[in-house]
Amino acid sequence: MDTIGLYRTTVGKKVVMAVTGAGLLLYVVVHMLGNLTVFSGAEAINGYGRWLREIGVVWPTRVALLVCVTLHFVAAYQLTAKARKARGRYQHRRRVQGSYAARTMRWGGVIIALFVVYHLLDLTVGWLNPNGVPGEIHANVVADFRHWYVVLAYSVAVLALGFHIRHGVWSATQTLGVTTSRVIGLAVAVAICAGFLSVPFAVFTGLVS
Amino acid sequence: MKLTLRIWRQSGATGRLVEYVVDDLSPDMSFLEALDVLNERLITTGQEPVAFDHDCREGICGMCGMMINGMAHGPERATTACQLHLRHFRDGDVVTVEPWRAEPFPVVRDLVVDRSAFDRIVAAGGYISVPTGSAPDAHATPVPKPDADTAFEAAACIGCGACVAACPNGSAMLFTAAKATHLGVLPQGQPERYSRARDMVAEHDAAGFGGCTNTGECTSACPKGIPLTTIARLNADLLRAHTTRSDR
Amino acid sequence: MPYTEGAPISDQRVPAGPIETRWDRRRFSARLVNPANRRNRSVIVVGTGLAGGSAAATLGELGYRVKSFCYQDSPRRAHSIAAQGGINAAKNYRNDGDSVHRLFYDTVKGGDFRSRESNVHRLAQISVEIIDQCVAQGVPFAREYGGLLDTRSFGGAQVSRTFYARGQTGQQLLLGAYQALERQVAAGRVEMHPRTEMLDLVVVDGRARGIVVRDLVSGAVSTHFADAVVLATGGYGNVFHLSTNAKGCNATAIWRAHRRGALFANPCFTQIHPTCIPISGDHQSKLTLMSESLRNDGRVWVPRDPHDTRAPNDIPEADRDYFLERMYPAFGNLVPRDIASRAAKNISDEKRGVHLDFADAIARLGTPAVEQRYGNLFEMYQRITGDDPYRTPMRIYPAVHYTMGGLWVDYDLRSTIPGLYVIGEANFSDHGANRLGASALMQGLADGYFVLPGVIGDYLADAPFDPVDDHHPAVADTVSEVRGRVKTLLAVDGDRTVESFHRELGRLMWDECGMERNEAGLRKALERIPELREEFWQRVKVPGTGERLNQELEKAGRVADFFELAELMCVDALHREESCGGHFRSESQTPDGEALRDDANFSYVAAWEYTGVGQPPVLHKEELVFEHVTPSTRSYS
Repeated sequence: MDTIGLYRTTVGKKVVMAVTGAGLLLYVVVHMLGNLTVFSGAEAINGYGRWLREIGVVWPTRVALLVCVTLHFVAAYQLTAKARKARGRYQHRRRVQGSYAARTMRWGGVIIALFVVYHLLDLTVGWLNPNGVPGEIHANVVADFRHWYVVLAYSVAVLALGFHIRHGVWSATQTLGVTTSRVIGLAVAVAICAGFLSVPFAVFTGLVS
Repeated sequence: MKLTLRIWRQSGATGRLVEYVVDDLSPDMSFLEALDVLNERLITTGQEPVAFDHDCREGICGMCGMMINGMAHGPERATTACQLHLRHFRDGDVVTVEPWRAEPFPVVRDLVVDRSAFDRIVAAGGYISVPTGSAPDAHATPVPKPDADTAFEAAACIGCGACVAACPNGSAMLFTAAKATHLGVLPQGQPERYSRARDMVAEHDAAGFGGCTNTGECTSACPKGIPLTTIARLNADLLRAHTTRSDR
Repeated sequence: MPYTEGAPISDQRVPAGPIETRWDRRRFSARLVNPANRRNRSVIVVGTGLAGGSAAATLGELGYRVKSFCYQDSPRRAHSIAAQGGINAAKNYRNDGDSVHRLFYDTVKGGDFRSRESNVHRLAQISVEIIDQCVAQGVPFAREYGGLLDTRSFGGAQVSRTFYARGQTGQQLLLGAYQALERQVAAGRVEMHPRTEMLDLVVVDGRARGIVVRDLVSGAVSTHFADAVVLATGGYGNVFHLSTNAKGCNATAIWRAHRRGALFANPCFTQIHPTCIPISGDHQSKLTLMSESLRNDGRVWVPRDPHDTRAPNDIPEADRDYFLERMYPAFGNLVPRDIASRAAKNISDEKRGVHLDFADAIARLGTPAVEQRYGNLFEMYQRITGDDPYRTPMRIYPAVHYTMGGLWVDYDLRSTIPGLYVIGEANFSDHGANRLGASALMQGLADGYFVLPGVIGDYLADAPFDPVDDHHPAVADTVSEVRGRVKTLLAVDGDRTVESFHRELGRLMWDECGMERNEAGLRKALERIPELREEFWQRVKVPGTGERLNQELEKAGRVADFFELAELMCVDALHREESCGGHFRSESQTPDGEALRDDANFSYVAAWEYTGVGQPPVLHKEELVFEHVTPSTRSYS
């Protein structure tokens, strides 16, 4: 196993992005399923939060996520820097003939990263939350999504995540050596978007309160 | 018919787009023949003709190639610039023509670029080491037809560089993968399969090409329609090369 | 007659005795170079097509120091890449009666008895090894479901001996040779010089010792020296301006070598391919070939009334003339290239062409089956013409395709200048007056992979020769001639483009020295060419300078050489008062219009010696001896 040698190649950096991306995707799926407990009432989601702390997965998960995000970002940054140097600049704008989702990965990633910062300050630390009481997950969520601008910001971020996942899932399998159908990435993205968006819209429309 | 051609002219380190109105064109002409007409006129009026690479003019040598309105080899799919005919343009169209642009493809002059990096990638490992005379009988190793077909499909690459020109990362991974796939699916190519992937990718990166992010622009621009599956295959071989014994 | 006759010549290196073992015996009698000494022997190879690429790679593998040159930006782009059909080999995998002897026999007969038996027999023997070599290199030949190689019958052959890779056989074989070449480049045994054009040959003390080249990017003229020089620069079909050759294909390397003393053999033997896409207008820059395999299912016809203006599909059966089927009932649409081409030319012109109609095949086999067989060709046709061959009959017309003539070489492929070897289409040796389909690739690779590396040691055993450098008077003279020529081309500063001269020369050659030649026409051409050549040097306009990339300058040098070569072609065509293969003299035909060979007077190779621009060349005859194949009349009616 020649990890350093592999990482030195452009493909190796993509492999790191694929593997860390897969880890992050796994987290996103679990997170989304956890969010859905909000539909079972305040106690269900608050209890789920308590349970996570009790079994001691929170900090290990945070460390793992931090490692994944860092590696994902560093590899992306290095690839972007190399691409900037390598690619040509044309007078006539280059026509996009492939997929648009693929072209939004970098900006999409930045949007998602900014959102994650806001999201942590909002629902994890609670500083930006109108309610902001740690442990009162249900109340905090409901306090958030009564406001249209919070719903809007959240929706934009989730859609960015959807695009990112749509291309990311396909691209990661391609990088790891298997060409899959693009439909798989699309299906995963749609499911995740639907799951995440159901909560704010349920709150906004009064379905959950 | 008439076209307004905005063509990149460069003789030193920098260049610019120069506009030429060319009339008395025929829809039956190829795009390169339209450039021929322009050049004839430039020469007779004492100007220097537009330099552009071209040779076979039947879409197989890979010598020609230019960005036509932001598209490698122009608007027709699976068509090289020499096989692109003016009937795909409208009378009076304004057409911008630029050279392939990428850091490893420096402009030599006007629309001519230096693609020798491609030769270096092949020299790094894009071959099967079989000195003349050492071959067994051609039927000694049967090759399943699907493998032969996959190899052929990848081997159809003409090395024109459209994949690089179209790629937002300036990556030559489709070119590299086409060769790795062509040789890597054949039984004759197995002994060097993983070292080939390793060495060609190393040379690809060293030449200054960007990394592939699977945007798919390359395969859309490819005049021979080399599929993206070749890149997945190369990735798999490269992973294998770096995760098994390093002398392979 | 505008020539004089000199002493006959003969091939001094071919062994006598049984033809089957001549190649073995020659390889045995050829001296060898000790492997340790090979790195002290250097070879220059000009051209990187099938012959040059395979030769440079193989010589590198053997341990010689090789320098390889091509005018393209990469050795992979040489025009061998455009060959479509396939490559012949006497493998007899089909068990259909093929053998080395049959391939030998077919090739000698197909060449209309104007090639050397010994060379052709060797070619047939080596054909078998070529396939092995190429498969081992990873050439993706077509295969059957059992995993074995597929073959097809090609160009009217009665056995299926043609190996192919869809319609891109030349490309795949060339990539195999190119990859082998790049492997040697990486190993440091071959030094590659792309975008570099040979402009002259350096001959020192009677030996070919190097070349003068121009770097096409910087414009720098420089010299390269070696113990031997190999020319693999292809054919001269572009003399005709419009041909299926690539735009850059040229005769400068062989013509310059000819001017330095190499004899030029059978220059008038040119091949015209019947199934090309017709000319669409004066802007036409080249002609595109459609594979001959189309004639397997397509029917060739013209309207009975040449002025019929109806769309082809509106012309009823009664008003169509299926002329090949009418004239050659036994072979019909599958008559050999030269016959089909001449019939088409006699009956139509290059803008209208003749129709190649698939309506019957589609009715008989169904569209999917036709698509399976010819889909990619139909697509190519539609891309170029805009017509859909599934609905409208194709229009085709003959075009210059290949040149059988070339520099004279002996059995070792050595020219009349010691140390100068000529391989592939650039030499004259194997195809006689007509080349069979799928034999060009075979010959290029046979020469490059096997023949040249097998015997060049015999010459290099005497090397290394005395070192030469730019100060040697012979070298300095050659370099200053080249520089002077470049300077003159730039200095004329006239009012006509190179292209317009080329077009005019091509037109003249096509009309008078094309498919059908006669004394009056050839004499007319021989009057006109020198005038045109004079005019060229008075009126040509080459813009720019010689100190950087200047494509007009490149073209001008090539066209200047085409003028001189064109004249020799006409002289050769005029002197050969017989019809054979691709050379049809209208004075020499049978009562029903077929080619009439004259073995009593013309069973020889015409090798021409250069005496100066516009001066009568000297003819040296090499008598052809047929011990194994008795000359007979080709008959296809």
